[in-house]
Amino acid sequence: MSTGWPLWEVFVRARRGVNHVHFGSVHAADGETALQAARDLFTRRQEGVSMWVVKSTDVVASDPDDEGELFDPAEGKDYRFPTDYELPAEVDHM
Amino acid sequence: MIRNEDQFDAVIEADQRIESDDWMPEEYRKTLVRQIAQHAHSEIIGMQPEGAWITRAPSLRRKAILTAKVQDEAGHGLYLYGAAETLGVDRGDLLDLLHTKKQKYSSIFNYPTPTWADVGAIGWLVDGAAIMNQVPLCRCSYGPYGRAMVRICKEESFHQRQGFQIMLTLAQGTDAQHQMAQEALNRWWWPSIMMFGPPDTESVHNARNMAWGIKRYTNDELRQNFVDASVPQAEVLGLTVPDSDLVWNEERGHYDFGEPDWEEFARMVRGEGEMPAERIRTRLDAHNGGAWVREAAEAYAAKHEEIAA
Repeated sequence: MSTGWPLWEVFVRARRGVNHVHFGSVHAADGETALQAARDLFTRRQEGVSMWVVKSTDVVASDPDDEGELFDPAEGKDYRFPTDYELPAEVDHM
Repeated sequence: MIRNEDQFDAVIEADQRIESDDWMPEEYRKTLVRQIAQHAHSEIIGMQPEGAWITRAPSLRRKAILTAKVQDEAGHGLYLYGAAETLGVDRGDLLDLLHTKKQKYSSIFNYPTPTWADVGAIGWLVDGAAIMNQVPLCRCSYGPYGRAMVRICKEESFHQRQGFQIMLTLAQGTDAQHQMAQEALNRWWWPSIMMFGPPDTESVHNARNMAWGIKRYTNDELRQNFVDASVPQAEVLGLTVPDSDLVWNEERGHYDFGEPDWEEFARMVRGEGEMPAERIRTRLDAHNGGAWVREAAEAYAAKHEEIAA
């Protein structure tokens, strides 16, 4: 039987200096208990130093059908990459 | 989590990173807000001297490259405003400080770009100097700033190479094109040298910012690195660096070089002359010209909220 509890997306910062990264999700009645559940579920081996939980329904995701329209235009623009510029060997480390 | 000065000092001492929810000294916060904001302002003002050449770039490929580069500068500005906002300030307020000249941007963008070769020289020298400054900032003690810099440095690497390639094409071209490249080098060499800021003996916050891990190298150290890297590159181009004191010092293992015109630097930092006024005017025109778009977006969002309710 469903608990009716909302789903929460969990983000964990592994250590100082790096971003919070999506780890997975938990069901919980509120944000506070979601944090506790996420702590028990994802950080039993010191995986993190800081955690965020965000209600899954608050995440606005791109439509998979839009993938081409959104991301294909970046294709074939090799000039955005340093490898597209041939330079003499003496300065190629630039 | 850091709750007091002792814990803050311990993290700095261990060369670890400070994050936005940590306690930090007020001066550390203020220094970072000012530095990150001025860095962000420099990125978006920096769109102007090169943006002016997009319509006049000599081929479709050069137009596409320059458009991509100017887009990158806009993106870098946004990464940095985002990093500044983690310190509890608002992007709109920072833009107001730029528009009212209460915060500065890099004075390098107060120099004009009269020829296509200036676009090449900016990529080679100005972006080269910026990379020299920015690579150590990836290890800045403030986490969100360091992470923004990692992304920026990664994207920036094509900027310098495309600039050098423009210079190379011109330098190997006709006599007139070669001359155009030399004149651009003459215009941009000293301003680029001055991008690293005043000499260490006159830099007010050097020691404290080094101790806090905001800075990793002094202005003079970075300047020396830049000269050592750029002189051999000028030789590959077959161009002459406009410094009669420039000579390889075997003993030091570095180039000795002349003293820039620090009075000119001071004038540029103060924003005197027509160019700084024009930069802010252009920025304000873009900002005010976009107001109707922001209003329309808000009206659209409000209408949809109404329908959903």
